[in-house]
Amino acid sequence: MTAQAGWLNRIRERYAHPGKLHKAGVLGMNRRNISYISPYNPRSLFPLVDDKLKTKELALEHDVNVPELIGVITEQHSVNDLGEMLAGRDGFCIKPANGSGGRGIMVITRSDQEGYRRSNGQHIQLGGLQRHVSNILAGLFSLGGKPDSAIIEDLIHFDDTFSQFSYEGVPDTRVIVFQGFPVMAMMRLSTSASNGKANLHQGAVGVGLDIGSGRALRAVQFDKPVLLHPDTGVNLLSLQIPHWDDLLNLAVDCYEMTGLGYLGTDIVLDRFKGPIMLELNARPGLTIQIANGHGLLPRLRQIEALSKKHKMNAAQRVAYAREHFSESTIQGV
Amino acid sequence: MASRAPFYALVLLLLIAGIALTMHRHLAYDIPWLPGETRTSWSIEAKVDFDAEGEEVIASLAIPGTQPGFTKLNQQTASPGFGLSYESGDQGPRVEWSKRQVEGAQSLYYKVDMLADPYAIPPDPIKPPQLRTQVEKEPYATAARQLLQAATSRSASPHTLARELIVEFNNQKQTAELLSQVKPRLEWLTGLLQQSGIAARPVHGLYLEDGRRRQELTRYLQVYDDQDSDEYALFNPETGKQGKPDNMLLWQYYSAPVLEVIGGSNSSVSFSMILQEQPFNVALSQKFEDEALLNFSLYSLPVEEQAIFKNILLIPVGVLMVVLLRILVGIRTSGTFMPVLIALAFIQTSLMTGLIGFLLIVGVGLMIRSYLSSLNLLLVARISAVIIIVIGMIAIFSIMAYKVGLTEGMKITFFPMIILAWTIERMSILWEEEGAREVMLRGGGSLLVAVVAYLAMNNELIRHLTFNFLGIQLILMAMVLVAGSYTGYRLLELKRFKPLTEVDK
Repeated sequence: MTAQAGWLNRIRERYAHPGKLHKAGVLGMNRRNISYISPYNPRSLFPLVDDKLKTKELALEHDVNVPELIGVITEQHSVNDLGEMLAGRDGFCIKPANGSGGRGIMVITRSDQEGYRRSNGQHIQLGGLQRHVSNILAGLFSLGGKPDSAIIEDLIHFDDTFSQFSYEGVPDTRVIVFQGFPVMAMMRLSTSASNGKANLHQGAVGVGLDIGSGRALRAVQFDKPVLLHPDTGVNLLSLQIPHWDDLLNLAVDCYEMTGLGYLGTDIVLDRFKGPIMLELNARPGLTIQIANGHGLLPRLRQIEALSKKHKMNAAQRVAYAREHFSESTIQGV
Repeated sequence: MASRAPFYALVLLLLIAGIALTMHRHLAYDIPWLPGETRTSWSIEAKVDFDAEGEEVIASLAIPGTQPGFTKLNQQTASPGFGLSYESGDQGPRVEWSKRQVEGAQSLYYKVDMLADPYAIPPDPIKPPQLRTQVEKEPYATAARQLLQAATSRSASPHTLARELIVEFNNQKQTAELLSQVKPRLEWLTGLLQQSGIAARPVHGLYLEDGRRRQELTRYLQVYDDQDSDEYALFNPETGKQGKPDNMLLWQYYSAPVLEVIGGSNSSVSFSMILQEQPFNVALSQKFEDEALLNFSLYSLPVEEQAIFKNILLIPVGVLMVVLLRILVGIRTSGTFMPVLIALAFIQTSLMTGLIGFLLIVGVGLMIRSYLSSLNLLLVARISAVIIIVIGMIAIFSIMAYKVGLTEGMKITFFPMIILAWTIERMSILWEEEGAREVMLRGGGSLLVAVVAYLAMNNELIRHLTFNFLGIQLILMAMVLVAGSYTGYRLLELKRFKPLTEVDK
């Protein structure tokens, strides 16, 4: 009997009751796919975000800030031109145009006598870069292994405000935009555990951000709450994003330009240019809820129920979100 | 959001159709719900003896066909030196032996397997015999007429008349004695019924008893409802009891002699029989061998194709497992349906051998692949190299296992090599990009799903049901559709989002 009870208790400790999760408004993977992605993100629009080259062209058309494009390699024989293309460049980033889940992105922070220095501190030679580009072209990182093209773009000169918050890598801000309203945001900080990458499941820290103010709400690593950055030791809750309104407006512009109703926007703050759109995601992850300590469902439903939303312009929608989804409002209610 | 009604209607339709098809197969074809059931079949041997007179000989033996209660499975003869043909004319199915010149005692054998089958489908209903009136000599004609009159007055229908006539024969013993001096009782019964306008004939039945030798045929009276219908009843001419005993097989029922021998004398036929318990699928295979078009059954396929289908029809079960484990539990796998293919290989190799073989090949493959990645190859060439390496490894492991005396190890060849090569490639990339932890997670998840799929697919009951009831496929389809519209939480999400329920307090 006692052994059984202990076993039951352990399950109760580790697993949440589905009813409680529902009450907390947590959005699950199945519901995200069926109720939000498939009705609000028409399949025909997916290539706009899956193909980073198309995203970039679209962004330039709509005057959305993006990193500067150094070059595109689409054919195997042009791989040899890579050295020429990179001449005089200090930091850059090589990406597959159709990569998924951050796969195949190589960030070079600077070049020195030893070769090109990757964001994780390793050195790589030109041959290594060429091999990486070949892999991208052969479709190693693309969905379904389709042949792909490689994008080389300028490194972001990220804002010094965050130098204490991130271990190598670029901290980026993920904003979920639902039908043009920014509903939830978090900042992803790379750590030594995540190899300088900003992917949460690899060990990056996610910091939930207050939509109203851009201030940190709470922070998680590996889905568990943390207070201090594991590498730099800085108090994560002291994080405050500058240019918060610009950032939200940029995120909303991404909705305008793609038409995707349920959109994840990855934005970085550049020292010179301000908020820059790095990447869009038509299937944004759900960890943002853990980082924020809130479920997405109540906010999504509030937007769905909103009657006049089609008449609102971008600025009005940002204002509405900042007013209604701010931590102070939620706690006030 | 659009109405879900058509979707649920479709699911319901699939479910109903699936269940109906399944029930139909169970009821109409007698396919059991559980595996391992057996069917009784009788192996009956007829031995024809006669003395040949040194000239041409034709021996013709009536043989049984599929009839209510019995399905004919197969037949064969043993008759060295005789020409053989199977006839089927007005006299019903017969086997005919012939020889130009033969002398002395002869024995011919005919063997038939009959399946005891309440669902037997007789090929053609047996037509009632033509009515014939015979003129009998006095005083027998008068005696017989008396019996008939007494019986007629107490009867209302062909069947009751037949019964009463037999009762009359039993009661009026003296009259019966008198009549039997001319010809046997059964022929009197037939003649009198025919005289009253009722289609009737004597038939020959064989009582089936396990291990019985030298069994004789028993004569029965067959009485039709009326001249145009195919409905008939059988009567025991001695007791008047109506109906066919369960263990009686009708051997001859076409108004023809059981045995005819031309050019021989002292002819006789005797029967021996044994009972056999056959697995039901063997029995059904034989039953449906000849009628491929008549019914949509996998048993009409050749045995080799049946074996292939057995595995193909299991794939939906494995796929359903993948769907459930991914949607309800949230396990991540490397390659969506790779686990199903691995599970199929496990079925061939047995679980332990399969697991060890898989880990061995993928483990060694990953090591070699890490060297390949330093060679800077194009993707297609690299995967091709991995495929060749996998084949090489399989060959080496097989030979090694064989030399050591582990014949189990040979089964490693059942693994799908291209799939293994892709698995190695994906795992290797995953390792380089996300580290060993993710590889273990994804690989472990894949193996777990593969093992669950294997356990489901290797289950004797599930194998039995999927192969015998094609309707199950529709039910599986309905289940997959329902799972595809599940919007609730996955099991692992309950753990993942646990912190969220603690925030608000």
